[in-house]
Amino acid sequence: MAIRERLSGNEAVSIAIKQINPDVMPAFPITPSTEIPQFISSYVANGSVDTEFIAVESEHSAMSACIGSQAAGARTVTATSSCGLALMWEMLYVAASSRLPLTMCCINRALTGPININNDHSDSMGARDAGWLQIYAENAQEAYDNYIQCVRIAEHPDVQLPAMACQDGFITSHAVENILLLEDEKVKAFVGEYKPEHYLLNAKESVSMGPYDIANYYMEHKYQQKVALDNAKKVIMDVAAEFEAISGRKYGMIEEYRMEDAEYAMVIIGSSAGTAKAAIDEMREEGKKVGLVKIRVYRPFPEEEIVKALANVKGVVVMDKAEGYNSVGGPLGADTKASLYGRSKAVVLNIVYGLGGRDVRVESIKEAYDRLFEAVEAGCVPMGYDYLGLRK
Amino acid sequence: MKKLTEIRWHGRGGQGAKTASLLLADVAFSTGLYIQGFPEYGPERMGAPITAYNRLSNEPLRVHSNIYYPDYVAVVDETLLESVDVTAGLKEDGAIVINTAKEPSEIVSLLKGYKGKVYTIDAAKISVDTIGRNIPNTPMLAAVVKASGVMSDEEFLNNMEASLKHKFASKPEVIDSNMEALKISLKEVKLYER
Repeated sequence: MAIRERLSGNEAVSIAIKQINPDVMPAFPITPSTEIPQFISSYVANGSVDTEFIAVESEHSAMSACIGSQAAGARTVTATSSCGLALMWEMLYVAASSRLPLTMCCINRALTGPININNDHSDSMGARDAGWLQIYAENAQEAYDNYIQCVRIAEHPDVQLPAMACQDGFITSHAVENILLLEDEKVKAFVGEYKPEHYLLNAKESVSMGPYDIANYYMEHKYQQKVALDNAKKVIMDVAAEFEAISGRKYGMIEEYRMEDAEYAMVIIGSSAGTAKAAIDEMREEGKKVGLVKIRVYRPFPEEEIVKALANVKGVVVMDKAEGYNSVGGPLGADTKASLYGRSKAVVLNIVYGLGGRDVRVESIKEAYDRLFEAVEAGCVPMGYDYLGLRK
Repeated sequence: MKKLTEIRWHGRGGQGAKTASLLLADVAFSTGLYIQGFPEYGPERMGAPITAYNRLSNEPLRVHSNIYYPDYVAVVDETLLESVDVTAGLKEDGAIVINTAKEPSEIVSLLKGYKGKVYTIDAAKISVDTIGRNIPNTPMLAAVVKASGVMSDEEFLNNMEASLKHKFASKPEVIDSNMEALKISLKEVKLYER
């Protein structure tokens, strides 16, 4: 029997972590993820977890401690946002290349410059090439469900990669919503015990981790990371099926909404997908054949699923909550266009929206579709990309 | 039947408008509704205008934006009436609830021609008389429940008692005074008759 609760997104992932009961959590607080280490610290203090909480002096140290502890053989978690993630940058690559399946809550917040505490995806999008798995949530429920699944996906022998479970800062991290929790014992049984094949504290096997890699081997090791990321697709689906069996909630690489007969599609990530669903229902009432493809898993990128989902549409508008400053579009726009190239005749628009907490309304989503209708009507795609919700 | 109620709270940092929105979400959750309670975050500091929101529905909630066309508006600090457009987008078949010692008739002129219902409540006095401190959010919560009718008085009081007992497990002495504040507020909220 599921437990009916009302929780913020930060509370939800904290409860997921409590139920997972990791061995170690090194963390340095940063808004809007600060509550997560706070909650876990209180769980440590009141004895509801056995986790060793390590208060470190920076996020670089937090990720370094995560690497050390996971390499030692301990199931390790952390949480961060924005500049905190940026400060981890160097070590993110070390975690991935060392094939350490640690997990992290990324509570998405704009990167500083100008300083801003609100939501966009510039932090995790910047880390998209680090070799981590990235899974995004639309709401608190998905943030909870994704975190639990991330542990299994990351630790799978065919994957062995770190995973980032992302959700939108404040929009879901600080909003209280209805949620269904699983019982502690169900989560415990689902994640199981962490049994690494190789680990530093194994007295019977001497290994070294993270050594210098010469030109004779570096490229092969990078290729192995790519293979692991490719392998993750099947594992993600297998873990989702197992999760559905205990929760009744179905997950995939992407989520399609009203795509069966859609002629116009939006591709979007995160909390705005919910707002888009409401907009789509209203537009459908007006007879507009609109649908949605929500990216749940961004790394590995769901190329095949996207191509299939968008096979029959006239136009696609890809929504990026991050700037790319590459003059052609945002990261999701680039990946979607690359997936569709040569495989689709659809008109593809790319729009940057919601930067630094700019509110995304039902009306904003409709405006994005309106621009797509115009582009399809005109039969051509303007160069570059456009902004949505910009004050004139 | 789909029924969505959207509420916008205006207050000043430190007055508990955010807490009020979270308490309302909590009590509505207890009655079986789907809820959202969330503040608009920025560089908060004591005394600065803040906004918080509630969505209450008998269907799952998907929209994750602020609320622009609220059914109800709660103004926790009446000085905001001069500086913030509190009735912006407020539906005329809804209502505004204002914390003030003034009669509704004295307040109406500050509402930029808003034609819906206007409620007032002296939340400062009620909270001082019962809780012993000016904590306007508790009386305002009761006034909003009364004005919006999202639940019956009885349902509200029963669920609030349980909620306060949980929230103040370590400070049981404040439960009775808060309950008293809620009961008085349900009676004292005044409706402006046009």
